[in-house]
Amino acid sequence: MVRDQLPSDKNTLIKEGTKTERGTAVSKRQRAKLVRIGVYVATVLVLVFVGLTVDWQSIQESFFNPEIFREQFPDIVTQAARNTLIFTFFGFTGGLAVGLVIAVMRISSIRAYRWFAAPYIELLRGLPALLTILIIGFGVPIATGTQLPGRYTTGSLALALVASAYIAENIRAGIEAVPRGQMEAARSLGMTYTRAMISIVIPQAFRIIIPPLTNELVLLLKDTSLISVLGVTEATREITRFARDGVIDSANATPFIAAGVVYLAITIPLTRAAALIERRARQAR
Amino acid sequence: MSNDGSVAPETPGATDTPIQIHDLYKSFGDLEVLKGIDLHIERGDVVCIIGPSGSGKSTLLRCVNHLEVPTSGRVIVDGFDLTDPDCDVDKVRRGIGMVFQLFNLFPQLTVLGNVTIAQRRVLKRRKAEAREIGIQALERVGLAEKADEYPINLSGGQQQRVAIARSLAMNPDMMLFDEVTSALDPELVGEVLGVMRSLAEEGMTMLVVTHEMGFARNVADRVIFMDDGQIVEEGPPEQVIVDPQHERTQQFLNMVLEDY
Ligand SMILES: Nc1ncnc2c1ncn2[C@@H]1O[C@H](COP(=O)(O)OP(=O)(O)OP(=O)(O)O)[C@@H](O)[C@H]1O
Ligand SMILES: [Mg+2]
Repeated sequence: MVRDQLPSDKNTLIKEGTKTERGTAVSKRQRAKLVRIGVYVATVLVLVFVGLTVDWQSIQESFFNPEIFREQFPDIVTQAARNTLIFTFFGFTGGLAVGLVIAVMRISSIRAYRWFAAPYIELLRGLPALLTILIIGFGVPIATGTQLPGRYTTGSLALALVASAYIAENIRAGIEAVPRGQMEAARSLGMTYTRAMISIVIPQAFRIIIPPLTNELVLLLKDTSLISVLGVTEATREITRFARDGVIDSANATPFIAAGVVYLAITIPLTRAAALIERRARQAR
Repeated sequence: MSNDGSVAPETPGATDTPIQIHDLYKSFGDLEVLKGIDLHIERGDVVCIIGPSGSGKSTLLRCVNHLEVPTSGRVIVDGFDLTDPDCDVDKVRRGIGMVFQLFNLFPQLTVLGNVTIAQRRVLKRRKAEAREIGIQALERVGLAEKADEYPINLSGGQQQRVAIARSLAMNPDMMLFDEVTSALDPELVGEVLGVMRSLAEEGMTMLVVTHEMGFARNVADRVIFMDDGQIVEEGPPEQVIVDPQHERTQQFLNMVLEDY
């Protein structure tokens, strides 16, 4: 519409350019407004349709049965959440330890180390976590004919491997974000490369990567649900497996909701804490 | 300046020429940055290196403590041949203090932590001893009262003086300075040069890359003018700065001294 005016009133256009621009802006805004109203109307229509066709009674009974919900407690916390946290703890500390070694190898000047670390990272990041867990849980025992001792060992090991690759990349990025001058200053004071890494560079790298590491922790916590494919015993059931068993027992989906509530009770404070730490770190800089 | 706890320079045949550089070449890929440097520095000498940007001054300095690995030639420091593959470079570096343009203080440590960490981890000094020597070093740069501050809370001039103290706490035989006042606000340059001047007066062997012609003229025993990877001219400051013989030196000084 605006463009139609152009040839007819060239002088005004040049002199009162701002006015014309504002004219365009208004029409753009109007168009945006129309689109927004359209979206609102469509949303309301969909909601009304869903509301009329869905059997709310049945949904409430199968997902939000208060009695079954209550039955999940306290075991979903004392047993299932506890197991989830145990797997998370061992998986994360193991992943941190291995990841640190892999990260340092990845940036080493020794070629053999790099040649090991780079494919290690690519492999474990390239495979679905579920497949890695299956390989460790079933493949290794089949190949070696031995089962690892300890109830939590296999699951924790598999999770640690998965986490280590991601953590290694985080740590590497952190190390590379530390200014080169830090290493040079440390070396010129007579520190060996290893000593300078341990005392000067890595502490600074970790401060940089606390937010992404917290993120990895949350991802790992959620990945513990994959452990259930390893045919765990009742004693090592984590939250998802616990809920699935509950659903099968009660022929009702409410245990899933209970599981969701418990997961969120753990993950939301964690991500909040990470955001807080990140904001602090940014202010400190 | 031999504090107790100082590392005796384990020189094979104590040398009066702590820095000896023979026919030093250094290339980065195809770029030849140092083209045959010969340089001897006697104990207690203060030698200033001047020259245009990119002439290889920093690279030469960094070859002295092996932060850069020479392409060919020999660098002998405190009697140790750093270019010998069997040389324990980390050990030789303990005796060479280095101060950088951008301070490079360790931000996660307090000032005291900065001046003690290498004493503790490298020289294995006990905590109390490291602390005492660290505080002494801070006193020499006039910053003992800032011991518990973090570097980020100090001015640039103060940070650079802490960096000097950090090196001094290792009881070095010599100090390398790479344009240590270039990143400072003009009003902070004086305090750092003051500390360097007092070090020179105490007899420290110093190799100083600088654009501060006043400092070079008043403090240096010898001035070296470098251009394009070579030493073009060297001699006492009255000669090189006041009465340069080479055309390139004259051109450079005309350019630099215009500012005064
Ligand atoms: N690590 C490196 N890799 C590649 N080129 C480098 C490296 N370090 C220095 N150079 C190059 O070597 C040349 C000399 O650098 P150097 O830092 O020694 O100069 P300089 O005399 O100290 O200059 P300035 O006064 O700017 O500090 C420059 O061209 C620089 O780009
Ligand atoms: Mg330089």
